[in-house]
Amino acid sequence: MTEKSSPQIALPKVAATSGAADAAPVIIKVRELSLFYGAAQALNQISIAIRKNLVTAFIGPSGCGKSTLLRCFNRMNDLIDNVRIEGQVEINGEDIYSKEVHLIELRKQVGMVFQRSNPFPKSIFENIAYALRLHGTTRRAELEEIVERSLRQAALWDEVKDRLHTSALGLSGGQQQRLCIARAIAIRPEIILMDEPASALDPLATARIEELILELKRDFTIVIVTHNMQQAARISDHTAFFYLGRLVEYDATTKIFTHPAVKQTEDYVTGRFG
Amino acid sequence: MSATASTAPALRPFRSRRFDLASFVFSGLTGLATFLIIAILLVILGNVIYSGGASLSWRFITSGTESDMFDVRKAGVLPMIIGTTARVLLMTIFVLPVGVITAIYLTEYAASTSRFTRVIRSAINNLAGVPSIVFGLFGLGFFINFIGQHLDGVLHGTDTVWGKPALVWASLTLAVMTLPVVVVATEESLRAIPSGLREASLALGATKLQTIAKIVLPQALPGILTGAILAISRAAGEVAPILFTGAAYYMADLPTRLSDQFMDLGYHVFILSTQSPDIEKTRPILYATVLVLLLLTIALNVVAIFVRARMRRNLRMLQ
Repeated sequence: MTEKSSPQIALPKVAATSGAADAAPVIIKVRELSLFYGAAQALNQISIAIRKNLVTAFIGPSGCGKSTLLRCFNRMNDLIDNVRIEGQVEINGEDIYSKEVHLIELRKQVGMVFQRSNPFPKSIFENIAYALRLHGTTRRAELEEIVERSLRQAALWDEVKDRLHTSALGLSGGQQQRLCIARAIAIRPEIILMDEPASALDPLATARIEELILELKRDFTIVIVTHNMQQAARISDHTAFFYLGRLVEYDATTKIFTHPAVKQTEDYVTGRFG
Repeated sequence: MSATASTAPALRPFRSRRFDLASFVFSGLTGLATFLIIAILLVILGNVIYSGGASLSWRFITSGTESDMFDVRKAGVLPMIIGTTARVLLMTIFVLPVGVITAIYLTEYAASTSRFTRVIRSAINNLAGVPSIVFGLFGLGFFINFIGQHLDGVLHGTDTVWGKPALVWASLTLAVMTLPVVVVATEESLRAIPSGLREASLALGATKLQTIAKIVLPQALPGILTGAILAISRAAGEVAPILFTGAAYYMADLPTRLSDQFMDLGYHVFILSTQSPDIEKTRPILYATVLVLLLLTIALNVVAIFVRARMRRNLRMLQ
């Protein structure tokens, strides 16, 4: 409760497990963010603060703007024509939409895992080494060490250690997605954005990804968009509910799922609409 | 199908004896059209092989036309084989970079809805529809009379080195002509690459250039080669674009410099069939030359197809 930010920024009031979660520093601070695709408004005056080393889940029906907001954090929306953004996004106190921001540095620190696993058509090793090489790691021994560490961290090492130099496209869907996570964490970002990372996977593969997310929480801040209510309840500390481009409610996950303050949230999490 | 005594409604037989005239006629027509295409191809090939095969000898393809190009016993087409091969290869070297870079611009950089992109696209489509003789005139006017003569003015004073028909101008003219083919083929292969791969690369902090060079282009290589194959096929047999820009009626020596003229198989066929003092006597040379042109076109294609197959195999090993 010692947050000194302006009061209109939503901050979860109740801790997820203990008071510790509330004490975590804010890493992403969004102020009155609005986003337009041409004339259509996708985000409407969103203000939210995301805390470090926690899992924050974005939930809401399709088209509510949760993925769009996620993509504002590493400026992937820049790739789309006709996008206009108003408001502010600060990461570690820096306005990431200011002109001085180096996109490459930003994306090195804010990694992303996509809905559909998208390993490069290269070997497993090369998939992870790709970004390392781009950012200046060229020594073979160092590359090998980081590849192994990343694969271990993504709980994939034991399954692929004997075929590191075979195609990544030969892996199963769940393995491919874990490889994408390994690829993202190899360059040591601070934040990992996950856009429905398990929505294309079967329940077993999903469970493994969820375990992994809980593991990764120790080293990274994770923001995850999910359509799966149980998933949000299982893995996240804080949950934000979006509807029609607005942030409806943002609170500790247990609070959102047990005593939501807003009727709309309750209707959504109990499956009455969405 | 026999009648039963039950009260249930009788099943209509599945096997209808009615003859469906419309579908019979239509399937017949499609078959006929296909057969016609194959028949035409076989007649052309058969005619060329039958009439030219006899005169096609090792001596014919390995000697020049020292004394008389219209004499069956002395005629040879080595200079033409070299000339045609050289202009096709040079053209490929010129057209691939420009075509590929244009396609990259159109698919990766330009906003697909912008007016500028639409103008470029329609310019490319129009370029594909221009008759090849117009390219020949363009090559003469632009490359030789404009660029060539100005080059001479700067480099050679009053001497004429570049301001005349030459291998390089013929190849450049052909490159302009085949540009649309390469652009369209490359664009298609670039568009077939999932945008997820580009996003993944960018999200890892790669620049757009790195993404294109390391992720996009390697995937697009087979498609780019398809463009090259189509360009080679189109250019190898073209005569009109090189008439004024580089092909020679007769040359004693083989071309050794970019500014040299060259003898060409297609143009030689034209010469043999129109300039010969005795058409009947030169007919075997004519057909043999056509056969060589066909074989050369096929050979150039086979090389490109082989390279593409190897690339596809390398890519597939990763899929």
